[in-house]
Amino acid sequence: MQKNIQVNVHHLTRVEGHGNIVVNVADGVIEKCEWQVPEAPRFFEAMVRGRHYTEVARIVSRICGICSVGHTLASVKATESALGIPVTPQTVKLRTILKHAENFDSHVLHLYMLVAPDLLGAPSAFALLPTHGEVVARALRLKRLGHEWGSLIAGRTTHPTTVVPGGFTKLPAARELKDMRGRLIEAVPDLKATLETIQALTPKIPAFDRPTEYMAVSSDAEYGLYDGFIQTVLPDGDRARYEVGDYRSITNEYLVPRSTAKFTRNRLTSYAVGALARFNVNYDQLHPEAKKAAGSLGISPLCTNPYMNSVAQMVEVVHSVYEGIRLLDEFITDGIADEGLALPTKHGTGASAVEVPRGVLFHDYTYAKDGSCTAANCIIPTNQNHANIQSDFDTLLPHLLQADMTEEEIELALEMLVRAYDPCISCSTHNVDVTFVR
Amino acid sequence: MAKPTIAFFDFASCEGCQIEFTNFGDEATLELLKHVEIVEFREAMSETASGRIDIALVEGSFTREGDRARLEEIRRRARTVIAYGACAATGGINALKNHQDDFHEAVYGVHACDSHVLSGPALPISSVIKVDYEVKGCPVSKYELLDIVSSLLHGKEPVVLAYPVCVECKRCETICRYDEGSYCMGSVARAGCGAPCPADGIPCEACRGFVDEPNLRSLERVLVERAGLPQKRAVGLARMFTANLGG
Repeated sequence: MQKNIQVNVHHLTRVEGHGNIVVNVADGVIEKCEWQVPEAPRFFEAMVRGRHYTEVARIVSRICGICSVGHTLASVKATESALGIPVTPQTVKLRTILKHAENFDSHVLHLYMLVAPDLLGAPSAFALLPTHGEVVARALRLKRLGHEWGSLIAGRTTHPTTVVPGGFTKLPAARELKDMRGRLIEAVPDLKATLETIQALTPKIPAFDRPTEYMAVSSDAEYGLYDGFIQTVLPDGDRARYEVGDYRSITNEYLVPRSTAKFTRNRLTSYAVGALARFNVNYDQLHPEAKKAAGSLGISPLCTNPYMNSVAQMVEVVHSVYEGIRLLDEFITDGIADEGLALPTKHGTGASAVEVPRGVLFHDYTYAKDGSCTAANCIIPTNQNHANIQSDFDTLLPHLLQADMTEEEIELALEMLVRAYDPCISCSTHNVDVTFVR
Repeated sequence: MAKPTIAFFDFASCEGCQIEFTNFGDEATLELLKHVEIVEFREAMSETASGRIDIALVEGSFTREGDRARLEEIRRRARTVIAYGACAATGGINALKNHQDDFHEAVYGVHACDSHVLSGPALPISSVIKVDYEVKGCPVSKYELLDIVSSLLHGKEPVVLAYPVCVECKRCETICRYDEGSYCMGSVARAGCGAPCPADGIPCEACRGFVDEPNLRSLERVLVERAGLPQKRAVGLARMFTANLGG
């Protein structure tokens, strides 16, 4: 067994934002094993104060370039709740399709560009071009589809234009929705090929189980993404249900002694959010094709291997394509109506929860009578996962040492674990700067 | 001949402008890779380069003194430095906090004075290093990136448009936001995006910065008199993405 291990990954690659991995093992004793986040803080919750309710979503969307659709949706929903702005079933359905587009887009990017290179032994997707040219070309085709699918509804996917409190400032034409349905159906062969690629890579995913609490948005109507209540499931299958308005008591942000880090916990010492958590909490509501995909990928609830988050994302990619087709079909049958924007009926405080690709996102605003924002709070998924990543590290490292792994192998195993969570560190709105106990 | 090398770097930002690059999908990426070699792009690749780079695309604002050395190193290595996106070009949305004095307390509460959360004003990277070109916008227009890179590859000077977004709305036959009973900042905002926001039914908020010598007093007056906005809101609007530009 190796006695001395030094891992110092400064600014981990192939993740969104900046994170470090620091491991120090001396004479077989673990002296340090840390997941650190040195992202530059950006103060969005301060910057929206005084802003009119119609401007807030366009400011907070800039929290994150990858999940700006999710931040926009969480923001308009919380604003609508605070100001009593009613939205129509059509608006909800279009936003749900948009949510599927975002999850598809982000998961495709993560699976192909950020995760697959590790499993294929390459440093990046670009490096795969000479040997896996068709896989890279397929990845780029699907990435473009995700972007154009989302853009059809949101105007664009990086900082949406049309999504505002009360509805949409511009609606897609019925013809465009029909065309998009056709493009999703045309993409099914690429989807199946993607499934086969991930299936072939699944045996390379490290075997590691660490049961934890899994948290997700749940809904009686669908596999929770756009809206619903909060549900968690424990490793023994015990479930608990919470209202979104109680988000502070679900996330329980707390400080670690001698550290400024805000961690979160609910029923255990940490919890997980993201694709694997959604899969574990809401498996029953997956589209039949997605359940079939899960079967072929060898994943079933409760899955307690955090590396399998990427596999759960693949299941969700299938789910979103088929749900997207189904919802677009409804528009093709029912048509799309020209609706005006709904206006505020009151003022006060309102919270929302949306499942973004990396997990539950909470937004909460208070507005004054003139429509100006007086307080804001955003709790982002990656922030909720930091404590869980650290707990995984603490459990995993002794296993890796016991398996007599080399320094490089240990470094890769820890990097892959962090990448599996698909962290989105730029979402540094809320004390996401983490310093672990030294 | 070796292909020119391109590298992406990021500072305080959402990294959305790098995402815009991936949004080309199969539309332009494979073709572009025939002409350039991407040697560093932390968000998408583990490879790093240490030597000279032909084009450095730098996303994000300068907010911490600790980032100065990294920026200077990029400048030393790169033949051409491009400020990539509004955060790098002007400070962008990050600069909203430059007009507040309590942003630390508002977000970090009792930990507002802890050293690792301290953040100075959000500044364009040109406040630290010489910048050769800018790809403006929040997010950038990915086609403008192609234009600039293509110009550089052909040894041409990239074209910087001097006219405002209003011109692009007229060209697209987009109905003026003011005629729709709304407001807009397109009269002083620098063009080049193709004016997608008014076409999508929202005001232009000048994410690409201002034209040369913008008349901001007149903008505020129009926002108040024509759109009927309260004076305070007009002032706030005039600095949504342009808080470092005299708004």
